[in-house]
Amino acid sequence: MADRARPLNLGAPTLAALLLAVVIAPLLLVGWRGAGLSLGPADWAAVRFSVTQALLSAAFSTTLSIPVARALARRRFPGRLPLITLMGAPFLLPTIVAVLGLLAVFGRSGILNQTLIALGVPPVSIYGLHGVVLAHVFLNLPLATRMILQGWLAIPAERIRLAQSLGFGAHETFRHLELPMLREVLPGVALVILVICLTSFAVVLTLGGGPSATTIELAIYQAVRFEFDLSRAAGLAGVQLGIGAIAALAAWVLTRPAGFGAGLDRDLALPAPEGWRRWADGTALVAVTLFLTLPLLAVVLRGVPGLADLPASVLPAAGRSVLVALTSAVLTTLAALALALASACRRRPLIEAAATLPLATSGLVLGIGLFLLIQPFAPPMSLALPVTILVNLALSLPYLYRILLPETRALHADYGRLADSLGLTGWPRLRWLVLPRLARPLGFGAGIAAALSMGDLGVIALFAGERQATLPLVVSQLTGAYRMEAAASAALILVALSFALFWAFDAGGRRAAA
Amino acid sequence: MLNKQILAAGLLTIAAPAMAEPPVLSVLTYDSFTSEWGPGPAVEKAFEATCACDLRFIPAGDGAALLARIQLEGAASEADIVLGLDTSLSAAASATQLFAPHGKNPNLDLPVSYADPLFLPFDWGWFAFVYDKTKVSEPPKSFEELAASDLKIVIQDPRSSTPGLGLLLWVKAAYGDRATEIWTGLADNIVTVTPGWSEAYGLFTEGEADMVLSYTTSPAYHLIAEKDDTKAAALFDEGHYMQIEVAGKLASTDQPELADKFLDFMLTDAFQSAIPQTNWMYPAVTPTTGLPAGFDAFRPAKSLLLPTDKAQSARDAALPEWLTALAR
Repeated sequence: MADRARPLNLGAPTLAALLLAVVIAPLLLVGWRGAGLSLGPADWAAVRFSVTQALLSAAFSTTLSIPVARALARRRFPGRLPLITLMGAPFLLPTIVAVLGLLAVFGRSGILNQTLIALGVPPVSIYGLHGVVLAHVFLNLPLATRMILQGWLAIPAERIRLAQSLGFGAHETFRHLELPMLREVLPGVALVILVICLTSFAVVLTLGGGPSATTIELAIYQAVRFEFDLSRAAGLAGVQLGIGAIAALAAWVLTRPAGFGAGLDRDLALPAPEGWRRWADGTALVAVTLFLTLPLLAVVLRGVPGLADLPASVLPAAGRSVLVALTSAVLTTLAALALALASACRRRPLIEAAATLPLATSGLVLGIGLFLLIQPFAPPMSLALPVTILVNLALSLPYLYRILLPETRALHADYGRLADSLGLTGWPRLRWLVLPRLARPLGFGAGIAAALSMGDLGVIALFAGERQATLPLVVSQLTGAYRMEAAASAALILVALSFALFWAFDAGGRRAAA
Repeated sequence: MLNKQILAAGLLTIAAPAMAEPPVLSVLTYDSFTSEWGPGPAVEKAFEATCACDLRFIPAGDGAALLARIQLEGAASEADIVLGLDTSLSAAASATQLFAPHGKNPNLDLPVSYADPLFLPFDWGWFAFVYDKTKVSEPPKSFEELAASDLKIVIQDPRSSTPGLGLLLWVKAAYGDRATEIWTGLADNIVTVTPGWSEAYGLFTEGEADMVLSYTTSPAYHLIAEKDDTKAAALFDEGHYMQIEVAGKLASTDQPELADKFLDFMLTDAFQSAIPQTNWMYPAVTPTTGLPAGFDAFRPAKSLLLPTDKAQSARDAALPEWLTALAR
């Protein structure tokens, strides 16, 4: 390998090493400021609960998304494209907004319980482990569906036609076409969801119903804020990272390339079986549409009344957020593309780790570590913007990487040798082969990165300076000042902007691919 | 990138006026103090009118985040003053040895006596359960009545939120060794435990709970800002635990005189009159204009407050009790 010219060298190993440094250096620094690592029995209870809820959330989100993705892949119906786009929305909601939206449906005075009471059935409580899992499924099922749908759409038309001419029924199609695709895509999808749920904090606490629902991140919060026990915080963050690493390893072992080979890019819908399968697909689509749109509708309805008298400061804050989001999206997409291309031809553990572990870091420990890292050299506040972008990049890159990887692998398998033999390298290879063929996942991924960067503020709280408020910060300031209605409206604007960014990139990618 | 920075720095130097810069006083405080709905803007304007200085707020999350931040920064902190710690955190703050004595002995309008060599109060409040009068007709008069009722409440987690910690100390101060029994009784009333005040208050306004842990002055917000008089605070016979918010001067300050001047200013009308309708707390010194309507509506007969040094040990004892009683 070494003596052969690399077809595309985008500095992936350096990038991966840098990313790992961003994740691990802060942790070591925080641990060093404390005195070694130490964990108590309550901490281990938090670890157990975190892992349990994350496993359940990942299992349910992934399993339930398979029939939905399949129905979307093989049925054509009015509103299909809007539904696919809508799949981006829940994932982009700030957690507290998502929780309030879910409560409008499943809460004590929500639609579900109102209906049950009207029917004379005892109401159900959303608070508890099942509520946490429900919320995580709401947030992550759409993402999983989109990623799996991407896999379905990538099955070459030639294979489908071959299957048809061989007289494959639904069972054989599943075994020979769909199962190999799922074995390639599913481990990565489940991994991303598991790791993101592992670090979930506000959702778990708010819907968990009591202190038995304690996650690692809450234990870190407590250690830092009330005890200033940095060694315990670092220890907990290390455990969280370790679990993330184990999950990444498991996914890595389970993933099998589908190896469909190249096709001629002819558009051919998957066979759409009739009979009970038609009804099953319909049911899956109706159920998921209701499950996603009702809470979203509640978010919109809560936000609309206050729109007219929103404070003027929302506008510059929104501008700042959009700027951060666009910059982060471009940089993250470039970085993820470099990493996904590099690990397309052979498996590279360093890159795999660098593209997964950032998700498992504790936001608080990452923030503190970066703060300690920067403080000796410059006032941390003066670097608020670059730090925000760096953190956004590290935290959204894992999603993009998972979205791109199956596609870069296929690209390498199908066109790698042809491009090599033509001497297509460097920029021309990127311009004429990679970008056109990956336009769809790149657009989807960039949309996800942009929208994610609109939302997160946890890590940068330590760096926030005067009058630099971003939109999420304004939302939290409004809720902190009793202004729940204005906060709901500002949150609606945040969601609308995130969704608009997501839509623009996603639709742009699809148009470029068509 | 670097070249651009150097260029920008050069341009800024040229553009800077030849006159001397006014001294800067940096106040590290919680986020909602500095927001446009907090006291920050009014306080900054009033102080800068008299001090010939530039008052800058450094926002840092909430009260507990302030303490973590100052411990992280140590003596290297840019801040001159930390404003927004409360009485359940001040023992830990004293122990950092980062604060300098203020040397003042002001007359304060507090229902309890409070004096601390390092910290000066700027506002205070009573924790209370807030409810909607149109939905709850007979509010409980004690924790025991609350536990016996089938009212649903939302509280905050003492491990992540200062009101949550306040409630923990409230039960401990009122019931001592019976605290576990009270919490066991309350367990079936608690809908959920949120990470912070705003999540809990949001759940309450959405109708998820009958009562929420907040302050006796919360109904005044709805009365004054929303012309809504349906909210009320339940008054408990065993008394109400207090939160006193304090400010202190950092020993590492390079502006000690300006910092002293700010602490004096903090207890004058110009600062104190901004407090009630921005922080929705009682000012530490009642301004000459008096208190706004609604601030006298719910005044507990009895105030509870553990001394600073006891608050910390009480918390350490009460937290495991709380965890055990509520873990189902």
